[in-house]
Amino acid sequence: MSPDPRGETHVAAPTSSGASVRSPREVDVAVPADVLPPVGGVGDESGRPLRRRQALAILAILVPVAIVALFPFYWMVTTALTPSSAAIRVPPSLVPLDASAENLAELFRQAPVLLWAFNSLLIAVAIMVCHVVFDSMAGYAFAKKRFPGRGLMFLLIVSSLMIPVQVTLVPRFILISRLGLDDNLLGVILPSIADVFGIFLMRQFIRTLPAELEEAARVDGANEWQVFWRVIMPLSRPAVATVAIFSFVGAWNAFLWPLIVLSKRELLTLPVGVALLQQEFSSNIGLQMAGAAVGAVPMILLFLFFQRHFLDGVRVGGVKG
Amino acid sequence: MTTTAERAPAPPGRLLRFWRRNGAGYLFVLPSMVFFVLFMFLPLGWSFVISFQQFGLAQSAWVGLDNYTSLLNDPVFRQAALNTALYSVLTVAVWVLVAMVLATLIHPLPPRFRTFFRAAYYLPAVTSAVFIALVWRWILNANPWGLANWVLSLFGAGPAGFISDPSPFLGANVALWSVILSSMLTIPAVGVVLYSAALSGIPRDLYEAAESEGAGAFAKFRHITVPLLKPITLYVAVIYTIAAFEVFERVYVMTGGGPGYATNTIVYLIWRTGFRFGEYGLASAEAFLLFLVIATISVLQFRALRSDVEY
Repeated sequence: MSPDPRGETHVAAPTSSGASVRSPREVDVAVPADVLPPVGGVGDESGRPLRRRQALAILAILVPVAIVALFPFYWMVTTALTPSSAAIRVPPSLVPLDASAENLAELFRQAPVLLWAFNSLLIAVAIMVCHVVFDSMAGYAFAKKRFPGRGLMFLLIVSSLMIPVQVTLVPRFILISRLGLDDNLLGVILPSIADVFGIFLMRQFIRTLPAELEEAARVDGANEWQVFWRVIMPLSRPAVATVAIFSFVGAWNAFLWPLIVLSKRELLTLPVGVALLQQEFSSNIGLQMAGAAVGAVPMILLFLFFQRHFLDGVRVGGVKG
Repeated sequence: MTTTAERAPAPPGRLLRFWRRNGAGYLFVLPSMVFFVLFMFLPLGWSFVISFQQFGLAQSAWVGLDNYTSLLNDPVFRQAALNTALYSVLTVAVWVLVAMVLATLIHPLPPRFRTFFRAAYYLPAVTSAVFIALVWRWILNANPWGLANWVLSLFGAGPAGFISDPSPFLGANVALWSVILSSMLTIPAVGVVLYSAALSGIPRDLYEAAESEGAGAFAKFRHITVPLLKPITLYVAVIYTIAAFEVFERVYVMTGGGPGYATNTIVYLIWRTGFRFGEYGLASAEAFLLFLVIATISVLQFRALRSDVEY
């Protein structure tokens, strides 16, 4: 048993066998679950089927709320498609009139948007790969290896959750500057090469893998790295996918740190660049919304496209329960 | 196999055996540990040190508690702290309530509907706060063609200044209330997901027993769902409180802390002090005060959770 208070916990996620009410102890590791949207039907116990009238009453609340939730996206796209002259009409039109790609064309003329997208992509991919490799390595060690100081190190890592990133900004920036990495994409990547969530998730998943698999590989002459890379990693694919996708989305959307580190116009990421556009072209709302749409749409598509991996993520949590 | 290892006589051999037995474990955690020490714990301590200095790149002077005392006497800092507190208390209260109600409503629906609503509510969470805030800035602009002003005009009111109006309103100012409103109208995606997961863990027979005693939908929610969700509620409240205390993008994009200092928040102030004006010492003191508040909240959460073993 690990000495740390969070030692015997599960990744919180719906389990297929009607789980009992989660204990407070399980709750505090619900951290991973907050990024694992549960998938309809997986282990949910909904009680008796609803009567038609009840279902309609519920929908009468949920549908308007969904409209409120999605409206900003709709309004973003609508304004982006509306020529600037038409966007400042009184009363505003809720549907795009005279829809055109004018703003989009203007956006690409005025700002190095493709370069920003490339920077964002590069940073997101680099951080994703680092998270997958380093989080998995640490997760594997914490799950399967016995070595003095293991519990303490794990406690240290978990307790870093309490440190707000804002406290570390100034020293981080000094550190990155002294390394000569300010205004450099590497300066954005380096301070995010591992994270608690990934280590936690990988540890929870790898714990469930039977030890015999590793033993068998060792008997066959595999060294430690080969056991990890050729046996553990392939078996952990669902957890790896979850870590990868959430690292990618998080890095793509990051704002404060890239804002601090990057200043050359052609080095910016999409969120930082689009926020800058808002200051440069404060009266051109169509341009701003086009920029926001270019930044937001890739993540929305990714979310819709990878729902299956989200589903796998839930199953990752369900394995143990 | 360990017995032979323990009988190892010479120290160099023992070290070697220790390494053979444990080395792989250390190597596997090495990159992460270096990362956490270098970019989390070292900066935390360093930030504490800098907060007692007048920091300069060439040389720094110790100023004792000066940074802290000047902050506590600074009306700008005090307003930022009050703004942050008001913003946090209100948005967290609304977010927790909305998340719980939405999850409870989604729960009994057929699977296809559940999947749809959870996805729809989750969508804002995969989008950078910058883009959402940009849209809100556009919706809440002061002009008559702003969408919010159009809605007001339908009720014969307005036009209002919203995010550009610093005049006093309900104990704060219009601009701050506008920012708070925009946050409240953003669906607490993570909360809905956490509550949904927790709801599927509540045994169905509890509800059946309540029904057999004639409990209605609200009574069941009030007396079964809410109490059984208490641990997750605490958890959700804490993660949202921390998130709310760290609000930055929304302020940066929507108001830039203004008009004047009307919508300044702590993290916005940290960024401005540190990276606009280069006052690292002062920014570190601000950050450290934020850290104390957040750490206190986290500790209180762990306490609350520990004393809450009822089931």
